[in-house]
Amino acid sequence: MQEDKKKSRRKFFELGIKFGLLASVGTVAVAKAFDDEDNSEMVELMSTDGHIMQVPASEVHDMGHKQHDGYDPRVGFPDKKFVMVVDLAKCKNALKCQESCNKNHYITGENAWLKVYKMQESEKTAPYFMPTLCQHCDKPPCVKVCPVDATFKRQDGIVLIDNERCIGCRFCMAACPYSTRVFNWNEPDQPEAAHSGAYTPDHTGKPSVKGTVDKCDFCPHKIDMGELPHCVSACPNDVYSFGDIYEDAVTNGSGQTFKLSELLKERSGHRLLEGLGTEPSVYYLPPTERLVEFEEGMENYTEFQSVKKSEE
Amino acid sequence: MKPYDKLIQDLAPQKFGMRGKIWVAFLLVVILAALYAYYQQFDKGLIITGMRDYALWGVYISNFVFFVAISLVGSLVTAILRLSGVKWSTPLTRISEVIAVAAIIMAGLTIIIDMGRPDRIYYIFLHGRLQSPIIWDVLVITTYLLISILLLYYPLLPDFAILKKHFSNKPKLSKWYGKLSLKWSGTKKQTSIYNSSIKTLSVLIIPVAFGIHTVTAWLFATTYRPGWDSTNFGPYFIAGAFVAGAGAVVVIMFVLRKIYHLENYITDLHFDKMGKLLVLLCLVYLYFNVNEYLIPAYKSTNEESAHLEELFFGGYAPLFWTVIIGGLIIPVIALVFPKGRKPVPLFIIALLVVLGAWWKRYIIVTPTLLHPFLPIQGVPESWRHYFPTPLEWTITFGTLASALLIMTLLFRYLPIIPIHETAEERGILEQDKTETL
Ligand code: SF4
Ligand code: SF4
Repeated sequence: MQEDKKKSRRKFFELGIKFGLLASVGTVAVAKAFDDEDNSEMVELMSTDGHIMQVPASEVHDMGHKQHDGYDPRVGFPDKKFVMVVDLAKCKNALKCQESCNKNHYITGENAWLKVYKMQESEKTAPYFMPTLCQHCDKPPCVKVCPVDATFKRQDGIVLIDNERCIGCRFCMAACPYSTRVFNWNEPDQPEAAHSGAYTPDHTGKPSVKGTVDKCDFCPHKIDMGELPHCVSACPNDVYSFGDIYEDAVTNGSGQTFKLSELLKERSGHRLLEGLGTEPSVYYLPPTERLVEFEEGMENYTEFQSVKKSEE
Repeated sequence: MKPYDKLIQDLAPQKFGMRGKIWVAFLLVVILAALYAYYQQFDKGLIITGMRDYALWGVYISNFVFFVAISLVGSLVTAILRLSGVKWSTPLTRISEVIAVAAIIMAGLTIIIDMGRPDRIYYIFLHGRLQSPIIWDVLVITTYLLISILLLYYPLLPDFAILKKHFSNKPKLSKWYGKLSLKWSGTKKQTSIYNSSIKTLSVLIIPVAFGIHTVTAWLFATTYRPGWDSTNFGPYFIAGAFVAGAGAVVVIMFVLRKIYHLENYITDLHFDKMGKLLVLLCLVYLYFNVNEYLIPAYKSTNEESAHLEELFFGGYAPLFWTVIIGGLIIPVIALVFPKGRKPVPLFIIALLVVLGAWWKRYIIVTPTLLHPFLPIQGVPESWRHYFPTPLEWTITFGTLASALLIMTLLFRYLPIIPIHETAEERGILEQDKTETL
């Protein structure tokens, strides 16, 4: 309940085509439930030309599921190009992102799709934490090598895997320089929920299939509902921002929206292993002027574990 | 006995003796064990192997590369030597073609064993995309298999006709040989088609052979991984393949000569020649190895040196140096001396070479995968290492046994030494013909 309430306060940035972006079904519903007597709750929205405006939550209406006719999970959303910014200065290895990702994608193997690396370039440079997920490369080496078109690149920039197509050759894993792909070495022991509904590559892990590859999917199932990816909204430190490169805007978990180009310019954004020419969709802001202590993050650091096994 | 009859007597396929039967039974046991292990894998998934997300390929893939490598010898002995007019290689052509066919069949099967979803194998044809090196591999391997089978089969036509007559007291066997001989009677027209098809195939098989192993090298070289990311990889693999293949021919010809008493046909001269060939091939391969390891070591980028240190001084060092020294340097030294090229020493050296070649593939595949660009974190400690599990070994031995079984059966029913060609070379064919006509 508490968490729901907190979430309801969180303002969402919508990635719709239409002017007037809206909060998600769930959020609005929950917001309504809590704020019935007091209708003054405001939601921050951004227009396509970048203006932020406040609108009473009660005025925001759900547009419903946008899986309108013609939406093809292999083609993706029209006129969109998704991008993520990871602020290394803010990461203190809270691991809420990973937890949320693992839970919502029903990850039951040993290896998480989202990992927070403990990095240190050289002896004298400062250590920092680096969250890493599929970089949704614009020139994805994984897609290039897949023999059966099981892993593919969509027009909105997202790289997905169709696990009904994958033959399990693992060539894509060998090709990915970011070690972000995970194989289902055995029959995944997933909860019932992972098997509900028809399979679509849109929601990786629902279900995972023995002998096929999984990885971060950039949460098209959340985008579709006008919400942010699980990791973005779960991070308590606003490390992640997510958005559309055409709109030049990214929004973090607290609902703050930034102009992407300015953010990257001011903070000298970079991408991982840029030299390889993979053209990732994930940008990193350097761990300078950190507000967080590296040592603090070490409390959460377990070198050999990225997926909590449920004991219940 | 007329020389021609003696020749047929010597070279016609023989029934398995006691030893042969035990050998086949042994191979069958190994294969059955492997089938059981594979059933486990099919049922439970690749979890039964030692592979995990970092060591995502393992002994299956290195074994696959080994098979592809060995199969190249078919083109070396039958095509390259044949086309360059080398006469001494005639008795070795069939042996190498049989090795090639067996190896390439097993290469194809081994790659299926490695797949997570072997039940979807036909997707390769249904949804194949031409930009994937795996599709290139599928294309060249099937082409190579086809040409290799033809190159094994065509030279057999006259032999089958001979065998049909030879086994006339065994109607069933004789009938089969007759069918397989495609009504070969040795007319001028037949001979000319026969000669030109073999020549065409010999020419055709060379680029395809280079193709299969180059593409196999590209499976690795098309990734960014340190240790694989090399423009040298195609020729490096080809050079290594010829070493492995030539070694395999020596081993097999030694064994066959012993068992079937072929001393008159596979002579010390053949061992001497093969020994010389092997030195040459080893030296070429050594040269590629120097390129492959020394230049990255000289530059020592972070990624490369992590990988190379592991090979030179780390956990893989004992294996690495054994393979380089035992499988390449010692053979070169030993084979320079004529004594080293006598049958027995050459056999032992060739065995070393083949073993070295097998392990060499292993250290090409595995260590690289354990040195990715981002550090290995957040996975169980055991995932930082790789060693095949007993079930994985069982399956691997099963593939090796299957290759040996295919060879054994082919050598059981086919003349090991081409009868017709040998007769022709020894000038005893015509005489026989005029007699029988
Ligand atoms: S990060 Fe790896 S898996 Fe993701 S798109 Fe790039 S190459 Fe593919
Ligand atoms: S493992 Fe699956 S997704 Fe990856 S390359 Fe092979 S078929 Fe494609």
